[in-house]
Amino acid sequence: MGTSSKALTNSSEFVRDRLRGRRFDTTGFLFRVLLLGTLFITLLLLTTLIFDVVSGGWSVLSTRLGSFLTGKLSISATTAGISQGLRGTFFIGLFVVLIAFPLGVGAAIYLEEYASRSRLSRIIDVNIRNLAGVPSVVYGLLGFAIFVKALRFITGPQSNGATVISAGLTLAILVLPIVIITSAEALRAVPDSLREAGFGVGATRWEVVRSHVLPYAGPGILTGTVLSLARALGEAAPLILVGATTGFLSEGAGYSLSSLQERFTAMPIVIYTWAGRPQEGFRSATSAAIVVLLVVVLLANTVAILLRNKYEKRR
Amino acid sequence: MSPEARVKSNRDSSRVANPRLEIKRSPSDVPLTDVEDVEVFGVQDLSVYYGSFRAIRNVNMTVNQRQITSFIGPSGCGKTTLLRCFNRMNDLVEIARVDGKIMYHGVDLYHPEVNAVEVRRRIGMVFQKPNPFPKSIYDNITFGPKIAGIKGSMEEIVERSLRRAALWDEVKDRLKDSAMGLSGGQQQRLCIARALAVDPEVILMDEPCSALDPIATGRIEDLMEEIKSEYTIVIVTHNMQQAARVSDMCAFFTAEVNETSDTRTGILVEFDKTEKMFSNPSDERTENYVTGRFG
Ligand SMILES: Nc1ncnc2c1ncn2[C@@H]1O[C@H](COP(=O)(O)OP(=O)(O)O)[C@@H](O)[C@H]1O
Ligand SMILES: [Mg+2]
Repeated sequence: MGTSSKALTNSSEFVRDRLRGRRFDTTGFLFRVLLLGTLFITLLLLTTLIFDVVSGGWSVLSTRLGSFLTGKLSISATTAGISQGLRGTFFIGLFVVLIAFPLGVGAAIYLEEYASRSRLSRIIDVNIRNLAGVPSVVYGLLGFAIFVKALRFITGPQSNGATVISAGLTLAILVLPIVIITSAEALRAVPDSLREAGFGVGATRWEVVRSHVLPYAGPGILTGTVLSLARALGEAAPLILVGATTGFLSEGAGYSLSSLQERFTAMPIVIYTWAGRPQEGFRSATSAAIVVLLVVVLLANTVAILLRNKYEKRR
Repeated sequence: MSPEARVKSNRDSSRVANPRLEIKRSPSDVPLTDVEDVEVFGVQDLSVYYGSFRAIRNVNMTVNQRQITSFIGPSGCGKTTLLRCFNRMNDLVEIARVDGKIMYHGVDLYHPEVNAVEVRRRIGMVFQKPNPFPKSIYDNITFGPKIAGIKGSMEEIVERSLRRAALWDEVKDRLKDSAMGLSGGQQQRLCIARALAVDPEVILMDEPCSALDPIATGRIEDLMEEIKSEYTIVIVTHNMQQAARVSDMCAFFTAEVNETSDTRTGILVEFDKTEKMFSNPSDERTENYVTGRFG
């Protein structure tokens, strides 16, 4: 009967039975184990790598860190230092920050906030994505043709154009598409309701972009650009093509403006050259140089995170 | 007074600096008695397209000063689309195109010489989902006046706007706190205060209470009653009791299936005094809708 069966299915006994059924979710559990496994493998690889370079370079880092950082390149592994490599890497980073960041962020703002969604803008969009996938050697060839050869009179006539200016410009171009893409993505993540709120009180596009869109997208843009900076600092192939060297470096190459037109080297080149040396001593020197480069990149990332946190707190 | 002259008097800068009550008493303005019939918007044969899709067609209506006009109708009949034409917010939708005219005090809003930014300074908007800027309560209010170049004490503007939006007492001790920490109802009242801060003539509201609980909704309805003597309000609402409670005029829209394609185009079915719309509508479709037999 209707009423009795209803009474039956509503009895607390029955409900309790139903609710209690804690079947083991096998696929869910396996999936979770699988995900955990991928994370574990990734972390394992990273820690192995870091452990390997730190332990390999420990003899250098623990005994003569100061002279290693300030010393010059040398054929003697026990006295060799990386100051010239750090100098080159510093200037390359500077070029990327001063050239690729403003250009890339500006282009992204134009594409996302101003350009109409025409066929042309879609074509440009796709091509920027393609550019980001072009191998870095190709950018090296481009840099060689443009900055080392064609613009030699600017980049360094005495050094045949193989200078840190050429290298910095080449790597700035290399990361430009990445900067544009990551910035554009950060801008796309800004909710339209925020733009509408601005337009709704009578703001112009520029006022909306400046006061609302950029502050909102800022942390995302910052994260993307700093990641691209890390990429630029680690590139070796394009530097080889634009003529980075570890020999014949001028004695005085420091941080002055005129020194920009002299022959140069950078951390990845130092690492690459030392790794090819047969002497035992250079093994640990190579590892130590890698550790220093990692620390530099980590520092850049830390600065970005600190800036981002400062920004986000103001939201 | 000619329409052009009225627009001028509305532009009078003293209007911006002084509280509105003073202006109403000023001799140059309209006497309160004939206020009712001053036309603010005249919609003439308006159709709106998104690409080749026609969202609404051939709408004709007028919106009068210092009245609340409500738009009701089933989802997708183009209420939001029409509302967003009143302050050219649809300009932001690239594929949107307008056919026909919307006259604002006799000026065609879509005339090439009309600046959409200027339009939006005069005709404010409150959106369906509360969308305060992710900044402080204070900055939310002052952004509009600052970019409009309004002189005078920002503190005063903030207090006046928040008082009008019935939010002052709740937030006066935490003006520097982020607006994101407010409740949904408070956020929506902040958005109303933000719209009031630039001293617009018209406020467009697109289902302003749809994300709010009944108490918050009640406060916003009270607030609309309160400010209606000074502003012209157009409100889209899904809530028919709300339309009946707050509005003077009511427009019922519905969507008609097109013969040639599988799309639906919104039309204005009936536009009349709210009282009449809910007690004795002329169109059967209106009657079915307001009595809940449809949609
Ligand atoms: N930005 C847009 N692009 C394309 N179509 C749209 C857009 N906005 C609204 N529409 C379409 O226009 C019609 C009317 O929508 P809308 O004005 O939002 O109706 P309502 O507010 O009455 O629910 C719908 O069919 C909707 O899909
Ligand atoms: Mg709507």
